[in-house]
Amino acid sequence: MIFRRVTGWPSWGGGWNPFGEIERIRQEMNRLQDAFTRGLVGERLAGVFPLMNVTEDKDSYYVRAELPGIKAEDLNISVTEDSLSVSGERKLATEEEKATYHRKEREAGSFSRLVTLPGPIDSAKVEARCADGILSIVLPKAEAAKPKQIAVKTS
Amino acid sequence: MVESESKSLQAREKAEVASPAEQLKAGPVFSPSIDIFETDKEITLLADMPGVKANNLSIDLRENVLTLSGEVEAPEGPDEVDILREYRTGSYFREFSLSQLIDQTKIDAELKDGVLHLKLPKVEKATPRKITVKSP
Repeated sequence: MIFRRVTGWPSWGGGWNPFGEIERIRQEMNRLQDAFTRGLVGERLAGVFPLMNVTEDKDSYYVRAELPGIKAEDLNISVTEDSLSVSGERKLATEEEKATYHRKEREAGSFSRLVTLPGPIDSAKVEARCADGILSIVLPKAEAAKPKQIAVKTS
Repeated sequence: MVESESKSLQAREKAEVASPAEQLKAGPVFSPSIDIFETDKEITLLADMPGVKANNLSIDLRENVLTLSGEVEAPEGPDEVDILREYRTGSYFREFSLSQLIDQTKIDAELKDGVLHLKLPKVEKATPRKITVKSP
């Protein structure tokens, strides 16, 4: 997007600046572009519910998702050697009929998501914990996938 | 509202707010999703605040302004490296001005599974009494 700077144009005594509109659009485009590139480490703008963060250290992968109001028994988590599937349903308590709603921003519904993991894991040792509305899953890496130091022999 | 048909939940980005006062902790501040409904007796507020523990949550009601503010600790350990980051972790903040008079002694707050249930009972209106006039 190349816009020439035209704001040096003289405006006669506060009259209509014909390039004012273009200047405003250019600034808006710059702002949008900044918003896209700021703070992105593979961050997607809209994904499948639930949004997840995946991190790793040398022994395991960690998958976290924000699932407020979902209890452990409403969740269904399964793993294969290289993928993780999380599904379930979020229910909202139905309130009395004579209540007047002022805001209703929380949603209820079902969700299901499959994530492919970057490397193989030991599916027998996977642990999942749901506390304070955050689901944390620890997936230990398969032994073969962990980095191993190789000793360099001399002579 | 009928919740029986099970539609799919859509992923939504958390709404970030410009926080009112300068934060001590660096990080984004989000506006939690909230349901508010009112019956004759009380106002109930439900707020989604995942990651907030009870001791990090502050609920303040003064001069008819209700302020909810919750802090979240980053759950990642120090050695963890990001592979995929779809949502950001940050504190929650939201303010409401209440038009009704609330009985402050009977406010009930419960934080469960990252959802705050706040019950604000309304002040019972003074019941009208007939006053009998005694004649001497």
